[in-house]
This record gives sequence, C-alpha cells and structure tokens, in this order.
Amino acid sequence: MAEPSLDIRQPLLDSLLAGLIALVVFGPIVGVVLDGYSFHLESSRVAWIVGAVMLGRFLLSLFLHSAGGRGWLQRLEGGGAGVQVLPPEHRSHLRWLLPLVLLAAVVFPFFAGKYLLTVVILGLIYVLLGLGLNIVVGLAGLLDLGYVAFYAIGAYGLALGYEYLGLGFWSVLPLAALMAALAGALLGFPVLRMHGDYLAIVTLGFGEIIRLVLNNWLSFTGGPNGMSVPAPTFLGLEFGRRARDGGVPFHEFFGIAYNPNLKFLFIYVVLLLTVLLVLYVKGRLVRMPIGRAWEALREDEIACRAMGLNHVLVKLSAFMLGASTAGLAGVFFASYQGFVNPTSFTFFESALILAIVVLGGMGSTLGVVLAAFMLTVAPELLRSFADYRVLLFGMLMVLMMIWRPRGLIRISRRGFARRPGVAP
Amino acid sequence: MDGIFLQQMVNGLTLGSVYGLIAIGYTMVYGIIGMINFAHGEVYMISAYLSAIGLALLASFGLESFPLLIFGTLLFTVCVTGLYGWVIERIAYRPLRNSTRLAPLISAIGISLILQNYVQISQGARQQGIPTLLDGAFRLPIGEGFLQISYTKVFILVAAFAGMAALTWVIRCTRLGRMCRATQQDRKMAQILGIDTDRVISWVFVIGAAMAALAGLLITLNYGTFDFYAGFVIGIKAFTAAVLGGIGSLPGAMLGGLILGVAEAQFSGIVNTDYKDVFSFSLLVLILIFRPQGLLGRPQVAKV
Repeated sequence: MAEPSLDIRQPLLDSLLAGLIALVVFGPIVGVVLDGYSFHLESSRVAWIVGAVMLGRFLLSLFLHSAGGRGWLQRLEGGGAGVQVLPPEHRSHLRWLLPLVLLAAVVFPFFAGKYLLTVVILGLIYVLLGLGLNIVVGLAGLLDLGYVAFYAIGAYGLALGYEYLGLGFWSVLPLAALMAALAGALLGFPVLRMHGDYLAIVTLGFGEIIRLVLNNWLSFTGGPNGMSVPAPTFLGLEFGRRARDGGVPFHEFFGIAYNPNLKFLFIYVVLLLTVLLVLYVKGRLVRMPIGRAWEALREDEIACRAMGLNHVLVKLSAFMLGASTAGLAGVFFASYQGFVNPTSFTFFESALILAIVVLGGMGSTLGVVLAAFMLTVAPELLRSFADYRVLLFGMLMVLMMIWRPRGLIRISRRGFARRPGVAP
Repeated sequence: MDGIFLQQMVNGLTLGSVYGLIAIGYTMVYGIIGMINFAHGEVYMISAYLSAIGLALLASFGLESFPLLIFGTLLFTVCVTGLYGWVIERIAYRPLRNSTRLAPLISAIGISLILQNYVQISQGARQQGIPTLLDGAFRLPIGEGFLQISYTKVFILVAAFAGMAALTWVIRCTRLGRMCRATQQDRKMAQILGIDTDRVISWVFVIGAAMAALAGLLITLNYGTFDFYAGFVIGIKAFTAAVLGGIGSLPGAMLGGLILGVAEAQFSGIVNTDYKDVFSFSLLVLILIFRPQGLLGRPQVAKV
C-alpha cells in the first residue's frame, strides 16, 4: 500500500478555525483600544495577529500530519523518566568547560568596565537565586511562588540591621541566611503537611504579605521610598575615596591607586566565592541521603512515605535551604544597589526566578547557571524588547512545559559500577 | 447597631458575592482535574477590559437604555471570556494531562504572565474606566446617619445570585451538569461509561471563565476603574474564598466568597484599609494551616 500523499485539507481547516478563534479572542482587546470613555480602532494589529496565528497553525498542522511530525509527537509523549543514568565509566564531553568558566570568572574583572561588572554581578545574584529555587522546585518538587519574600528578607535584613542595630555587610550575611531559613521553616512547616499545590498558593500569599508590609509600614521600612544600605567593608576598611570618621580607606591601606569600581569588584569576588560554595554544597548534598530523599519525594510521595521517609522534615530541609540561599542573594543585591525598596520584590521577580529554573532544567545545576545569565544579561543587551520581556517569559514557560517539562538540560548522573566479588 | 458596621456589611456582601463568582472557577477546575488554575485571576482581568470595550462599542452604536446596554455587554463579555477559558485549557492544560505534576501549574503561570503583558501592550499601562451607569441609592435612616445602598450594589447582589442560581441549575439539572459531576467523582470511570471527559473539562473551564466574566462586569460597574494588574490580587482573594468554603464544593465557594468579602470590609472599616490585602492573604495562610478542607469540604485522603 502506498504512503498516502500529504493531505492539505485538514491543515487548511485547522488554520481557518484557529484564525476564527484568534479573531474573536484577540479582536476586542487588541483591536479596540480604550481611550478615556471612548475608544479608537486598531484593525491592522488584529489582522497581523490573526494572520500569524493562521500561518502558525497551518504549518504546525502540516508538520504534525507528516511522518516526521508523528514521530516527533511520540517522542514528546515518551521521555517520562526523571533522571538519566549514565554508565559508570562515562566521562562528560564538557568536563573542560568548568575550569574554563572559572578561569574566565577570575580574569574577567581585570578587563571589565563598571557597566559590564554590574551586569555580571546581577547575573551572579540570579544564579544564586536560581540555585536556591532549584533545590526547592527542581530537586524537591515543591512549587514556591513567593520565593522573592526570602530575597526581600535578606535585602531588608541588611538595610534594617544597619539602620536600627548598626550591623554591617559581614554580620548580616550569615544572619540573613539564618533569618530567611527561619521564615521558611515557620511558613513551610504547617503547609508542607498538605497537598502539594497548596504550597504554591500559600507562598504566593506570603510573598505578597511581605511586600505589602514593607510597602505600608512607613515608620519602620520607609515604605515605597525605600531605605539606603551601607557599602560593604573589608576588615573594617571602606571602599570610598575617603573613609568616614577619619578611618583609612582600602586603597590607601594597601597603597594602590583609587578605583571607583573597588566596591563592585569586592562584591563580585565575595559573590563569586559564595556561588562556588553553594555549588559545592549542593553538589555534595544531592549525593547524600537527604538529596536522594528530595528527588525520591518529587517522583513519588506515597511510595516514599510507605518506605518510612518523614516527608515533612525532608521537604522542610529543602525549603529552608532554598530560603537561606535567597537570603544570601538578598544581602548581595542590597549592597550592590546601595538602596532597597519594595518594587524590587514583586511577584514578577518570583516568576523570573522560576523561569530560570524551568528553562535551565529542573534539578540541573549547569542549566540553571546558563539560564540565569541568559535571562538576566540578554534583556540588558536587548533593551528595545523590554516591553515584550514578560510576554516572552510567559511563552517560554508554556512552551518549555509542553516541549521539555524537565528543562533544556536533563539531569544525568553516573551509575555505580558493581564491584567484583560482592554479591549483587 | 453601628452605622459603619452596617454600611461595611453591605459593601462586604456585594464584594463577597463577586468573589464567590470568581471562586467558582477555581473550585470547579480543582474539583475536576485537581489543579489550581493560576490563570483564572487574569481571566477576570480580561473580562473587565472586555466589559468596558463592550459598553463603549454598544454606546457608540447609539444604545442608550440601561437594561439593553447591560444585557448586550454581558452577552458579549461572557461569550468572549468563555472562549478565553477554552483556549487556555487547550494550550496550557490539555497537552500536559499526562505530564509531571508541576508542569500544568508552571504553564498556567506562564499563561497569566502572557495575558497580563498582552493586555498591557495592547491597551496601555494606564488605568481604564467606565462612566457611572446607574445613579442613585436607597437611603435608610439609622440613628443619626444614613445607611446608603446604591442601586449598583443592589444590581450586583441580584445579578450575582442570579448567576449562581443559573449555575446551580446547570450543574443539578442538565445533561452537561450530570457529566461534570460524574467526571468530578471519577474521571476514568466516567470515560469508560462513554463521557468525553476532555470535552467536559473544556466546558468546566468555559463555565468558570463565564462566571469570572459576570464578576468582571459587576466589579467594573461598581468601581468604574481597573488596570492590567487587577487580576492578580482578586485572583488570590477568590482562591482564598474557594479554600475557605472548601475547594471543590460549589456552595462552599459562594459561602466562602461572602464570608471573605464581609470580613475584609469589616477589617478595613474597623482597623485599617492599607492592610486589607495583608489581612486576606493572612487569612488564606491561616485557613490552609488550620482547616485545609474548608467549611464545607471533605478532608482529602491520598489513595494509591
């Protein structure tokens, strides 16, 4: 029997239907722009969108009806396993990449101007946030939509600690991690006992509560005007041209020329070390029983509980660890900006961090690092698309979930070789 | 009784009935596929824009009488918003039916970001509004002051309860309602008995969106202004109402909406308006901690 020739009628019908729906859905909102109590029409925009939808649907339909498309669809529906297990003797092709990236990270500040330095610092802050959320969402499978609350706790911890207690960067850094973890425990402990989806909405509510309190408590947090944050110091040495209270600034103490970027260089170095530390700790944790328990709980909670895992404590440890990482990131963010206000901690920020984790691959460390830089550095370079940024993030999330729910880079780990002489 | 208390009671009941309408969308979707529809708040926001657009269009055709204007707008808003519900289910939920548990939640968040940004780009970021359509109020003397109930509020209460009654009728007495209930009880069994469960799930999204559309029209009539960000806060509050009443239960959603509306109005009347959102969100956290099954819901038991 001959292979039936490509049928073009069905794709055409699909495309017409999609165009009709697009006309009804997009027509009113895109085509009729409200203007005070009246409106004006923008019919050409509607025509463009409907045309694009029809063409897209036609091509998609054509592709899915072809033999290649059917195979692709089947592959899409397969691939359910969470972790790809590699043979024990497997050596990654990318193992030279890590030393190279490290080298670049060490050499880079000698050549970078202030602008590039600040962009990379921002990127690293998001790497830290992405790594933290990756533990919660990627490894433990808990959807945290108020992650930005812990970030805010870190940032405001520094600002408030300086204002009311006279604390500086170094004393707040561990304190913020601790406070964020504590807040995570207080919020997580009761909620983690329940059905997973509830956690998403509770954390969403919690994130908004924190932001609204920061915004409304004028006498304590300065409200929408925000608070100023002290510049970090190194063993008490300041990075300004002149130190306050007759102290000796950093550059004079070490006898080097004054460089206005010193503060950012310092933040960069500490941040880089923190990121490496977090990477190392996380790399160890996933090999430990607790890391295995997180992933096992993500895959099948009922089975894990039947085998005697305390699901609340295991989830709580992931939740607290993620929260404390966000607290650290918040401290860096505050001292990098020199200023905090509540607009930095909206739900959009949580969604952005989630997009990093989703794009990078749930649970994959390398993927999260790459995605964090992609999603924070790319918008800096593509300023003209700033209006469409959120739209693109949203589409990215939906398409990634349909195409690759486990992210761009699958988690893979080496299996263990059976030792000779040991009974299997 | 205190005048402020009664006045806030009236405000709270109107607001609460609207919360109840939106909560229905959450509760029905949760009941049938066990998932929170994060894009539902944004559906409400879309419907607020659609109702303003519908009013403006109909007014430009020279339609003057209030009942015709409202009825025409309602029809337009409900139909288009219902289609939005259908499209959202088709794009963000149906392809992920057999995927990981997190996938539909994340894609729904993606949809809600898309909807927000898309409305912002096409309509502008500024606040939009509609003129007051229904002037005047009932005034009941109480003590020294008045209890003022505007005609708009009366209309909202009547319309919201009519909407809920219509929905109850659909679920109780029609073929579609019976299929919905069957699918809610046991999706696999319903499928075996010949119910097209995919179509039922689509219908549930459409019904939820239609209820949100009614709510969008009513809130727009009452407050007159809205912006592209309006769906977020109302979405969480309506979800709170759904959880308060017991998620999955229709009367629960209505009851939860009314209770939340009254509690919030009393809080802003007695304590402070700045923190009324904090109050609602804290209430949500507290309910989930202490009574996750809500007022009318049954405790959930995980089965293998």
